Amino acid sequence: MRLYNRGMIIAGIVVFLIVTTFPFWYGRGKAVPPPDLKLDTPAILGLKEKRCVEPASYMRSSHMKLLVTWRDDVVREGKRTYTATDGRLHEISLTGSCLACHSNKKQFCDRCHDYSGAKPACWSCHIIPEEVR
Amino acid sequence: MEIMNLLTSLIAIMILTLSALGFAFTPLSFLLTTVLPYVAFATFLAGFTYRILSWARVPVPFRITTTCGQQASLPWIKNSPLESPSNVWGVIGRMALEVFLFRSLFRNTDVVIVGQRPVYGSAKWLWFFGLLFHWSLLTIVLRHLRFFIEPIAPWINGLSAIDGFFEIGVPTLYLSDVAVLTGLTFLFLRRVVAPQIRYISLFADYFALLLLLGIVTTGLLMRHFFPADLLHVKNLALGWVTFAPALPKEAGPVFYIHLCFVFTLMAWFPFSKLMHMGGIFLSPTRNLANDNRMKRHLNPWNAPVKVHTYEEYEDEFREKMKLAGLPLEKE
Repeated sequence: MRLYNRGMIIAGIVVFLIVTTFPFWYGRGKAVPPPDLKLDTPAILGLKEKRCVEPASYMRSSHMKLLVTWRDDVVREGKRTYTATDGRLHEISLTGSCLACHSNKKQFCDRCHDYSGAKPACWSCHIIPEEVR
Repeated sequence: MEIMNLLTSLIAIMILTLSALGFAFTPLSFLLTTVLPYVAFATFLAGFTYRILSWARVPVPFRITTTCGQQASLPWIKNSPLESPSNVWGVIGRMALEVFLFRSLFRNTDVVIVGQRPVYGSAKWLWFFGLLFHWSLLTIVLRHLRFFIEPIAPWINGLSAIDGFFEIGVPTLYLSDVAVLTGLTFLFLRRVVAPQIRYISLFADYFALLLLLGIVTTGLLMRHFFPADLLHVKNLALGWVTFAPALPKEAGPVFYIHLCFVFTLMAWFPFSKLMHMGGIFLSPTRNLANDNRMKRHLNPWNAPVKVHTYEEYEDEFREKMKLAGLPLEKE
């Protein structure tokens, strides 16, 4: 078997393999622990029943959908109460409801957002309350 | 009959979707998340390398030049160093134009019969949508690196930020997603609508486009309509690259279909027309300098020819030639 332009071909294949396996060598194969989400704020610890507005699995995947519905409800419809699927009523407020329990933005919101590369635009309008910051 | 090719590829996509769902709702799902990623990726790498090596075994005995520009000749004749390069830098420039801007597709022409005469005109749509599709696909692949490395490199987040610059909706609509969908839709409709293209379209042509459309659609569904739990998605992807694949929790059926499509694409890639990704660098009309008049290119499989040059002839018969009064080059 004869390879023509051997040098260029081998160099090309090596570059291809290095580029395509980027994620394998970039992290040097070190296992990364998943983000540690802290649910131990005083407000949450004080709850009798630890339940978010909607079930946790829904909140994990779709909280941004809920928040954007909330925004539209308040800003466009003037509706300030949300009826959850289990019938409980919640005040529609990022600061008053969400951050009241999750008062640890750094250990809760940011950890997961940084991990998955999400850049929520919440804080371009909302201020981060001092105690949450 | 030509519609059969489209139907078969649609059926193939259906079968893939159903098997992905089969994986999702049975205990076999561990195959899709632990074994198949490695099988697909290894097939991609090994197949790609094999195809390149098999191409490199084919000799290219002489320069295949194209007549796109004036070749370098006499110093007072203006030459075209990028269209008809005479050295390696020109070849690199021409290849870069080809790879990044699809230079030769830009030259695409169209012919229509006006009256009784064929009239040739420029046809840039294929070039435009092809370019749109390829660049947005690259952007999307690079953006997906956010699931595979931790911490995420700043350039990946920067790319995502530029891509989602207009912040339309929550989660932000990526412009590359719109562009890739537009490009693919054009490339697909072109094969379905134009009769000439439909006539020459094969199963593999439709299948490649439908598979990519399937990947894009499921990706968009997961981002905008049935959000996937990104925490689990990233745990899974990081598990793959650290060779500790984790069993996924709470990944929806759309995610499984997405994975199944991507793995099919990776494993099929080296054996399909999509190998033009590597093949472009080995296309003789693009990678050979037009230096036929400067260098002698020997055909590698030529049998050795025994030659007897005039000089040797003269040496052999000098005395006899001198006696016969014939003119000699060397006395």
